[in-house]
Parts: sequence; structure tokens; C-alpha cells
Amino acid sequence: MTMRLPIRLASVALALAVVALAGLSARAADTPDPVADAKAFQKFFKDRFPNLKPEDFVNGPYSMNEDLHRQWEEKEQFPPYEFALEAGKEMFAKPFKNGKTYADCFPSGGIGIRQNYPYFDEKEGKVITLELALNRCREANGEAPLSYVKDDMASLTAYMAYTSRGKPMDIKIPNDPRALEAYENGKRYFYTRRGQLNFSCATCHVQSPGERIRAEILAPALGILNAMPIYRSEWSGMGTTSRRFTTCNSQIRGVPLSPQDDDYRDLEYFLSYVSNGLPISGPGARP
Amino acid sequence: MASTIRVRAISNGDTTEVQALVQHPMDTGLVKDAQGQTIPPHFIQQLTFEHNGKKVFLANWGPAVSKDPYVKFAFKGANKGDEIKISWVDNKGANDATTAKIQ
Repeated sequence: MTMRLPIRLASVALALAVVALAGLSARAADTPDPVADAKAFQKFFKDRFPNLKPEDFVNGPYSMNEDLHRQWEEKEQFPPYEFALEAGKEMFAKPFKNGKTYADCFPSGGIGIRQNYPYFDEKEGKVITLELALNRCREANGEAPLSYVKDDMASLTAYMAYTSRGKPMDIKIPNDPRALEAYENGKRYFYTRRGQLNFSCATCHVQSPGERIRAEILAPALGILNAMPIYRSEWSGMGTTSRRFTTCNSQIRGVPLSPQDDDYRDLEYFLSYVSNGLPISGPGARP
Repeated sequence: MASTIRVRAISNGDTTEVQALVQHPMDTGLVKDAQGQTIPPHFIQQLTFEHNGKKVFLANWGPAVSKDPYVKFAFKGANKGDEIKISWVDNKGANDATTAKIQ
């Protein structure tokens, strides 16, 4: 019995410590901490793929295995998004009927600013994505809005991303409770399971990057938006972030939201924020 | 309008490696649009690569070839700085051609 006493005491102490720790972490989870989130998020992927440099993650499935990487190198010599890029450049420069251009709607004339989108607009209290800003620019100048998912919108964002290549993603969360709430909402959306297959975004892109889903290699969530918009061979065309989100949702047999829905914009905000510091690589090419 | 053809021809001493990307819808005639109307067939029938007036690559294509097709091949007997001419004709009689210098 005397021998057991220290053990018992130790286990009581241990139990107390566990309770105290649990209390601490519960409190930590209550107050959202984007900075810690982003750090943990990036660390998770770096630990999982120790051989990859941080900037490799922006190439999605192409950095996940050597064979695909070789394919990608060859593809990049002759990128399939080239035509869209050229069309985007032309569209961007072409004035609207009232004589103004897209450049008038954006800081720095719309060149090299992709890394700052989406941003939180404190006046409106909502997240503004690049696609939304482009359509608002059109509407403000008396033009009909473009489809959010492909074609013209993808070409325009392709050109804008191209002028920002290599710049590190730089998403800011202003000191505004609504901004934090948008971030938290995006995070919630990312980790919530949905659809008939009961998948969350994280099921594929955090739990299983590099693994196969049918014939596809899954991309890591880290840096996944840095390459947007993308030319997907599967689509035989270009697609925007909106297209990626909606098709992801239907592939898990869920009901996709409408493109540029508040939830999708919050999701884009969260996902871009945790990839802060990784270079813009858009437009990308994907299998 | 800019050319529908992108070409890169690189000489590796003995052989010249040519890569080309052509912008074309390559409609099969079996697909319907959003209104349920059949999209009429529209595809490249012949793609030709010429070097010094001599055909070095000729492709007779049909509707089975993908949209915006990509071609890669190599041939012997060309030098750096030579020009190659690339042209296509589709089933509607439309065509385009471009030239590229071998690098």
C-alpha cells in the first residue's frame, strides 16, 4: 500500500493536469485565432510532405508525385491556358461603352493585385472576391455581368493572376468582428461534412492530398487557390474558383450553392488566408 | 485576331522537335447545347507541317480529336533558323496558317 501511494498521487496530479489543459484548449478554441490557424495549417502540410518546398504546394497534384511533376514541366512549356490568357489580356484592355476600362476599377490599374483578393470590405461588411469585384466593375460601367464560372471571367482572372505571378498571397483580416466572423464561417464551411458522400472539403484536401480519388490525384488545400483560375483537361477549358467550389460540391453529391454565395466567399477568404505567403501561380493547368 | 496556332520548334542537332497547339472547338456533331440543339460538326480535317516546301507531317483528323489539339513530333534534316509552315483546314472550309523559325 505504501508503495502505491506515490503512484496514486501522481495519477491524481496527472488527471488534474489533463483537466487544466483541456480547460485551456477549450478556451483557446473559443476565441478564433487566424494567425495560429494559418501557422498550424501550414505546419501540417510541411510535416506531411517534408520534401516539398513551401512554394511547391501551389502546383497542386503536380507536386504530389514525380511522374506527374514531369508531366507538368512539359505542360508548362506549352500551357493550355495560353489562349485564355491572351483573350483575357485583350478583354482587360478593351474599354467599356463609356470609355472606362477595368483598370479604372482597381488599385494599381488591376496589375499585380491578385494576391490581395479576396479582401474584407469594412463598409459593406462582406468578403469581396476578385470575380465579384470584376462583375461590380462591369455593372458600375453599364455592362452586363459575366458568368462567374468560366469563359470570359476565367480569362480575365487568368490575366490578372498572370500579372501577379510569384507575389506572395497577402490576405488581411482587419480589426473588425465581422471580418473574423467571415473567416470563422469560411473555416466552418471547410470542415463541415455535407452531401450524400458525407465529405467535407478537408476530407479530400487535408486528410488525403496525394492520394487517389478514382483516377485523380488530390491536391493539398494549402495553396490550392493560388493557382486559380485553372485550365482543367477534364473540363477541356478554364474554370474559376467558383467553378471549382461548385463542382467539388456536386462531386460529393451535395447541392452546390450559387457561385459567389456569401458562404463560398467566406470559404475563399479562409482558404486564401491560411495560404498567406505562398506565391500566386495562376493561371494553373490541372489534369 | 491572333493566330489560332502556337508552335515551338527546337533543333537538337540531328533532329528537330516540334510542338504545336491549335485553337479549335473540334465539335463532333453529337453534342447538344444548353437549348437542346445539336451543335453541328466542326473539326479540323487536315493539319500540315511543311519544311522547305516539303511536307514533314500530315495529319488527317476527324471528330474524335479533342478540343484545342496538341501535337508533338520530331523530324530529321532541318537546321536552326529554318522556317516551318503549319496549316490546317476544317470541314467548313475554314483554315489558318503560320510559320515558325526553328530554334
